[in-house]
Amino acid sequence: MPKDNGIGASTKRREDVRFLTGHGKYTDDINVLHQTYVHFLRSDVAHGKITSIDTAEAAKMPGVVRIFTGADFEGVGGLPCGWQVTDRHGEPMKEPPHPVLAQGKVRHVGEPIAAVVADTLAEARDAAEAIMVEIEDLPAAVDMKAALKDGAPKVHDELSDNLCYDWGFVEENKGAVEEAIKNAAHVTTLELVNNRLVANPMEPRVALGDYNRSDDMSTLYTTSQNPHVIRLLMGAFVLGIPEHKLRVVAPDVGGGFGTKIFHYAEEAFCTFAARQIKRPVKWTSTRSEAFMSDAHGRDHVTKIELALDKDNNFTAIRTETYANMGAYLSTFAPSVPTWLHGTLMAGNYKTPNIYVNVKAVFTNTVPVDAYRGAGRPEATFQLERVIDKAARELGVDPIALRKQNFITEFPYATPVAVEYDTGDYMATMAKLEEIADVKGFAARRAESEKNGKLRGLGINCYIEACGIAPSNLVGQLGARAGLYESATVRVNATGTISVMTGSHSHGQGHETAFPQVVAEMLGIDESMIDIVHGDTANTPMGMGTYGSRSIAVGGSAMVRATEKIINKAKKIAAHLMEASEADIELKDGAFSVAGTDKSVAWGDVTLAAYVPHNYPLEDIEPGLEETAFYDPSNFTYPSGAYCCEVEVDPETGKVTVERFAAADDFGNIINPMIVSGQVHGGIAQGIGQALLENCAYDENGQLLSASYMDYAMPRADDVPFYQVDHSCQTPCTHNPLGVKGCGEAGAIGSPPAVINAVVDALQSGGHKVTHIDMPATPSRVWAAMQG
Amino acid sequence: MYAFDVERPTSVADAVAALGKEEAQALGGGQTLIPTLKQRLAMPSVLVSLTGIAEIQGVCKDDDGRVCIGGGTKHAVVAKEAAAHYPALAELASHIGDPAVRNRGTIGGSLANNDPSACYPAAALGSGATIVTNTREIAADDYFQGMFTTALDEGEIITEVKFPVPEKAKYMKFEQPASRFALVGVFVAKYADGVRVAVTGASNDGVFRWSEAEAALSKDFSAGALDGLSVPGDGMISDLHGSGDYRAHLVAVMTKRAVAAAH
Repeated sequence: MPKDNGIGASTKRREDVRFLTGHGKYTDDINVLHQTYVHFLRSDVAHGKITSIDTAEAAKMPGVVRIFTGADFEGVGGLPCGWQVTDRHGEPMKEPPHPVLAQGKVRHVGEPIAAVVADTLAEARDAAEAIMVEIEDLPAAVDMKAALKDGAPKVHDELSDNLCYDWGFVEENKGAVEEAIKNAAHVTTLELVNNRLVANPMEPRVALGDYNRSDDMSTLYTTSQNPHVIRLLMGAFVLGIPEHKLRVVAPDVGGGFGTKIFHYAEEAFCTFAARQIKRPVKWTSTRSEAFMSDAHGRDHVTKIELALDKDNNFTAIRTETYANMGAYLSTFAPSVPTWLHGTLMAGNYKTPNIYVNVKAVFTNTVPVDAYRGAGRPEATFQLERVIDKAARELGVDPIALRKQNFITEFPYATPVAVEYDTGDYMATMAKLEEIADVKGFAARRAESEKNGKLRGLGINCYIEACGIAPSNLVGQLGARAGLYESATVRVNATGTISVMTGSHSHGQGHETAFPQVVAEMLGIDESMIDIVHGDTANTPMGMGTYGSRSIAVGGSAMVRATEKIINKAKKIAAHLMEASEADIELKDGAFSVAGTDKSVAWGDVTLAAYVPHNYPLEDIEPGLEETAFYDPSNFTYPSGAYCCEVEVDPETGKVTVERFAAADDFGNIINPMIVSGQVHGGIAQGIGQALLENCAYDENGQLLSASYMDYAMPRADDVPFYQVDHSCQTPCTHNPLGVKGCGEAGAIGSPPAVINAVVDALQSGGHKVTHIDMPATPSRVWAAMQG
Repeated sequence: MYAFDVERPTSVADAVAALGKEEAQALGGGQTLIPTLKQRLAMPSVLVSLTGIAEIQGVCKDDDGRVCIGGGTKHAVVAKEAAAHYPALAELASHIGDPAVRNRGTIGGSLANNDPSACYPAAALGSGATIVTNTREIAADDYFQGMFTTALDEGEIITEVKFPVPEKAKYMKFEQPASRFALVGVFVAKYADGVRVAVTGASNDGVFRWSEAEAALSKDFSAGALDGLSVPGDGMISDLHGSGDYRAHLVAVMTKRAVAAAH
């Protein structure tokens, strides 16, 4: 019988009750007395010199409290970048200033130029229209390769060019890789684009800054995945507010997908302006603003070469990638195409020689940063596409070629500097072949062909580095932060528990899954445990949620804190039962003395901790509350095998996903239902990237896909029912739960499977198509079929 | 949105009077106008809501057998109440937007706006419908005058649309992936005196009749009759979602499919 409590139970998500009944409390639901509203006047040109800003007329308009421009921020820091990449020559990346409001120049459409604070939003908007801004248009750098040419418009005048860094990884491998490619029996080359995306969480960003003069306390309510990180970055680097005078609250957050990790200008503005005008300042992004101010994702242009020997063993991989940074470095932007991308280029395969080159480029576009998967989808896409292409060139079965080159022994140290602790790629592939019914494909293809459709099957394998990350390692790699996680377990007098965690839940189901872990450890009911998160005032310093890290790192911190609780509770129980601490056992929520029938309930022990009448005060303190910080010793390495089947309408080019199967190895699983849900959502976003989503700029840097009229999000009828399996489990060896993380897998594993399937379908129809760039829209597929 | 007044007349006469005011703008279901106002791209001083006018609501048949739809009738009502009289028209209405759109948007609003990617213009032109206003009757062939342009005068209200019922008809829509408006939509209707083919979504000039296809189908109402026929890509809309050539190709594909599925 399936468990109904603790680790492994598919407990229904308790937070869904409030989310689904409209009782969630989001940042925009928070309103403070005497609140004002800010409207940002944003640039409508991609690149230009601001020659004048006249706010005089606007300032006289009804309701206007104050108008801010870049000049008001001259004494304020710029938005900091949290990661410094060192280039091939040992030089630090170029790191131009990132102002809160534009200073002298505008560098992308949507960059805030001025901010009008007024009593109502309508008054703020009216006044913004009365601001006179003169901008001398400059030619824009949009296409990355063109932006690196001599004479290209410079995004930042003070830099020598638009190259942020030229990164080689591992530089020492370069010569061996060249040699291996030269000596290869076969080399498959593929040039591809990893399309630019807009994350589009359901809840747009919101910031509400408040300031209390009487105690000099600033509070920022914001849509963040990591309130402590925002407090540190904004307090220390932008506004100079010490932590104890700055509280950051991220209440219910309606999806993040990475784009709510970063510290944004609007957050700094609202906090700063509230201190200036001594009134709360609120900003709620419109969807239109979100398209031009939320950090975008992906946007790589890549050439990859795969070398094989005469027996089809992989001998070398070489890649050259252009990665778009946009106009400014967003918080973690430099790490995405480097340490989250280059380190994954071995994939699931024992390729001895690998060299990755990444050129990061400034352009007059919105800054680009992490989006669900962040670097790992880009690595997986190019690797799995080139393997598929190689299989077709060599006339071998794509599954067999993968199996032949799988890593089979663990731990495995890759040539790109990481060590996979566990995995069983043969097992996940075998499971995939079973649940996807690969054997039945030929019959399904025949059926499709009878209906005038082309049918294709695409396979993909992925490996990801999650559970981010060992602080000492990432410190060496350029991170300007530690990546531990924290938890405080507060046991109340009657035995109920509040867990204050540095992780942040914005759809992941932590409020359900985290209590399952504690309940399992203590043998009590999950309903006795609540999670507190999202407020720097009542959670220990934590790094937040991204990189599929919460259960692996935050969960481990919680385990460590709970272990401390158990140790102390055993001491109290030993005292109550007049027994030796070493003989105390905890089972099913009761403490007993081994070999006797003496027992004391969990609640009696917790009560004794807080009503210490009969208590060894000379030996232990009263109370029952413990904190732990957990810093992982390695990344975790979830892996899996995915299969997609598509039908292509040869008359229109329309692709429909008919079947989709995912066999994942996430190590141990806390809540199988939540894990399935995470995979479902990831696959939907992956199918979105593969078939629908495309953030497009024209040559002048105007955003063409600036609304849902032109930016296609996946809808329910764009995706099939999925076959999802996570029964293949090789537990992580280095965290106490043996968990690996599951949040990003679906988005990493699905795009190559879809495109491999589309190419397979087109080739089955006799079309000589070897690659199609994402999104494979009907018009692109039709054009590809025309040759 | 800028501030404006709202008038809610209950008769066409009152609506016409209200529209006589300076900077007045008629509001049907608001499916285009409300987003436009939210973007601050229009600044009417008075919005005259037509949704409270009972006399321009509903679906009926007239003495000539035409299906007559009040200008203020919502898509969902047409989908339901026209189904028995003119199934192809009801099907078209049932696939406009999503349920929220279909329960706000009106046929009069759609035809007055004449979005080049809207569905109803194809039905009206493809059926040779008559657009009835508060002042006159306009044949569909005279009504559509290019994208977002119609024969309507300032302040003129569509009170009714009269659709002659064909022997067979079908609307085939190929959706633009993001908006799900018609990237190309083709309405084919077979009448005793000939076949009409109207195309929406494709042309820079808005909805148009494909006369070569009409001639071929009038002789032989079969998909095969269209073999070798094509519309030129020149003059077709070319954007993120498809080139002019692609849209031209889809016109032929969708026309064939409409003929094959006509009922």
